[in-house]
Amino acid sequence: MEVKLSVQRSHPDRDPATWWQDYTVDVPEHATVLDALLCVRDDQDETLTLRSSCRSHICGSCTMRINGRSALGCKTKLGVARARLRPEEPIRIQPAGNMAVIKDLAVNLEGFFDKVKAVTPYLQPTGPEPEREYIVPNEAMLTVREAMACILCGACVSACNSLEVEPRFLGPAALAKAWRFTEDPRDGKDSERLEFLSSVPGGIWDCTHCFACVEVCPKDVKPMERILELRRRSMEAGYTDNNGSRHSQAFLDTISRSGQLDETRVAVRSMRGPSELLEWTPVGVKSFLRGKVPLRHKPIPGALRIKAIFAAAEAHGRRDRAAADHGAHG
Amino acid sequence: MVGAGLAGMRAALAAQAAGADVAIVTKVYPVRSHSNAAQGGINAALGPEDSWESHAYDTVKGSDYLGDQDAIEILAREAPGAIVELERMGVVFNRDEHGRLGSRNFGGASHARTYFVGDFTGQAILHVLYEQLVKSGIRTYNEHFCSQLLRDGNGAVSGVIAFDMRSGEVSQIGARAVILCTGGIGRVFEPSTNALICTGDGSALAYRAGAPLMDMEMVQFHPTTLKSNGALISESARGEGGYLINSEGERFMQKTAPNAMELASRDVVSRAAQIEINEGRGVDGCVLLDVRHLGAARILERLPQIRELALEFAGADMITDPVPVLPGMHYQMGGIRTDVHGATPVPGLYAAGECACVSVHGGNRLGANSLLETVVFGRRAGDAAAESARGRTAAALPESLRDDEERRLRTLVDRPGTERSAALRLAMGTTMTRQVGVFRDEPTLRDAERKLLDLRDRFAGVSIGDKGRLFNQALVAALELDFMLDLARTVVAGAIVRTESRGAHTRVDYPKRNDAEWLKHTLCHHTPDGPAVSTAPVTITKWEPTERKY
Repeated sequence: MEVKLSVQRSHPDRDPATWWQDYTVDVPEHATVLDALLCVRDDQDETLTLRSSCRSHICGSCTMRINGRSALGCKTKLGVARARLRPEEPIRIQPAGNMAVIKDLAVNLEGFFDKVKAVTPYLQPTGPEPEREYIVPNEAMLTVREAMACILCGACVSACNSLEVEPRFLGPAALAKAWRFTEDPRDGKDSERLEFLSSVPGGIWDCTHCFACVEVCPKDVKPMERILELRRRSMEAGYTDNNGSRHSQAFLDTISRSGQLDETRVAVRSMRGPSELLEWTPVGVKSFLRGKVPLRHKPIPGALRIKAIFAAAEAHGRRDRAAADHGAHG
Repeated sequence: MVGAGLAGMRAALAAQAAGADVAIVTKVYPVRSHSNAAQGGINAALGPEDSWESHAYDTVKGSDYLGDQDAIEILAREAPGAIVELERMGVVFNRDEHGRLGSRNFGGASHARTYFVGDFTGQAILHVLYEQLVKSGIRTYNEHFCSQLLRDGNGAVSGVIAFDMRSGEVSQIGARAVILCTGGIGRVFEPSTNALICTGDGSALAYRAGAPLMDMEMVQFHPTTLKSNGALISESARGEGGYLINSEGERFMQKTAPNAMELASRDVVSRAAQIEINEGRGVDGCVLLDVRHLGAARILERLPQIRELALEFAGADMITDPVPVLPGMHYQMGGIRTDVHGATPVPGLYAAGECACVSVHGGNRLGANSLLETVVFGRRAGDAAAESARGRTAAALPESLRDDEERRLRTLVDRPGTERSAALRLAMGTTMTRQVGVFRDEPTLRDAERKLLDLRDRFAGVSIGDKGRLFNQALVAALELDFMLDLARTVVAGAIVRTESRGAHTRVDYPKRNDAEWLKHTLCHHTPDGPAVSTAPVTITKWEPTERKY
């Protein structure tokens, strides 16, 4: 099967510019994007640089963007990569996003691993050591395993919209790793972890809830869902002195009161206090001048029924996870 | 430390705990190491019905009596502690209904003593050891290719030269002891289940430094690999109860292993599968692995990753279809000869894990003993290297060594030539698979030897297509090929010399095991003219060789 690839290349030691280079390779039907790129490197162009190792999506080396989407080259069949392209259109290959390029498809991973290291990524048991192994239910291990399936390939980081504007954001991979320890019954530092994650610049409240990481994760780790759970748990643990949880609470309050979002109130209530409010005044004034600060907020028809729904939910004493997640929006 | 897979990280942690100042040089990031690929589990006699003696005996029998029994006793005795230690570090092992560690059946084992994390046990352990490495603060030189071992005036190893693949910068790193944990030599064969990084770098460096390579002819062919790309379908598929069937729908293992059936040891199952294929009872050059009777729920809980692999690369959903599989190169039982402390005969040089041969696997490794070997002998090598380092003063090495290596690499990059390393690598790999595979004979091996000599000649004409300094993967590929051409010769040399059939080494011209002449190890010593082979006795403690039946 003949396949056309167009690869975004750069050799910064020689030239700061990037360029697109087209290759045509003949590969078997079942081949992956990685197979095709390795064919290019073996047979046509030894200067083409990309990381790869296991070829079976377990080592996490060959993260790249394929037609703009972050993915593992070894997990993307050529047939799938070509499915939405016109017959003559090449598959577009670019280096992973949100990381500086070293050469061609190889990006600098130091920052990525530094963020993993920042979440105290190791078990911290606090109780007495058991005689043998820790006795824990299999279900708990199966739950933790969902995040242990992460291979630290960085596809989520490559696709993360929040990182594009906030480079300090710890990012989906590191936070999924952090979740793994808060969920592990053997770890004794939940509170410390949740306090850190909710207060550190670039912590759990910097996720924009866009689902990109969930969509691209090759191991179905669902990093965003882990982040939302960390938010919920940190609020439950009382770590609410931060804009994120204030925002979340205000969101919930205005909806339960009037049935729709009161943006002005949410904005004001998300602030730490008068001093922060003052800091944001110029933004507020600009928003006002552009008509983005509604002064009157009217309840929607049937708001009382919404109130009743909230009351019923609370009366049942249920942890309403969906409400907390929804409250975290934006 | 050279290498940051399970053995490397375990050794580094042990050496640091023993007071050594440790650094790791690795050509990838630690979490990219090939230990990731171990799917099925890790063995230990932890259950109340089980005993270390039983584990040791199964391992001895699995090795076809070529394993050194002193080393195997250590492996089996230290296994329970090693696994409990991993659990306490944070590995999310599957549990039984009481919340204790839960086990599964595995090939060649008389008890269910394989502990596991779904079907990604290697990855789950590797990432937890990485967590411990982060905790330890041990310095890692990531993406540094180790190209030379340094020796002092007395021949003792005194450090390494490595270059940062990303920048091309060459570093000289002095050390009072060096532990090689560089993994297997899988890429010597094509195809192989092994990752592209498994090029035996450490084995070749040790060999050239005068450390003999032991039992290199003992290459494990895993019975169940995918035809399209050589990917591995874990033994856990059979451990959970999967069948192997031929084109006539027959569970063919009943002919050779009526008791153990599909869970006979890997050499036995691979030979049986290859015979079915060779005698025309295959399906498109394969046999069929059938787990449908396990049901969707069990497949999804216990075998999620391999189901995904089979879907991806064979287009077969294991829940509804049998998967075509065939034997494929998987593991190197042989390697750098070490004692039970990981020490090689070269002073200051240690080795552990797949690159080493201690020898616990002998002629055939049991599934789930490889992860165990990495942590047990990784720790022992780390302890011993730290101890020996305390007694040595650091050799003062001239900086010119670094410059010499930089010049050598530059010359290699600049040299003219018409050969491409990829073409030579493919020729080497296919020669090895076709001529040094499951079934071997002298004329075919001799012919393979000639082809390898020819490839060695052609290597002198390899031109490196990337002339830059930054992330020059063409240079790395050529250096790896240079290593592998040496290693391939040792596999063939051992296979020619061992005129018997034992474990994974099957000589059709010598079909019987010959304990009178060959209850011994082969040792390949590096000479300018190629490997010189000698032999060494096998250590027998409790278990006298008997006929092997499954």
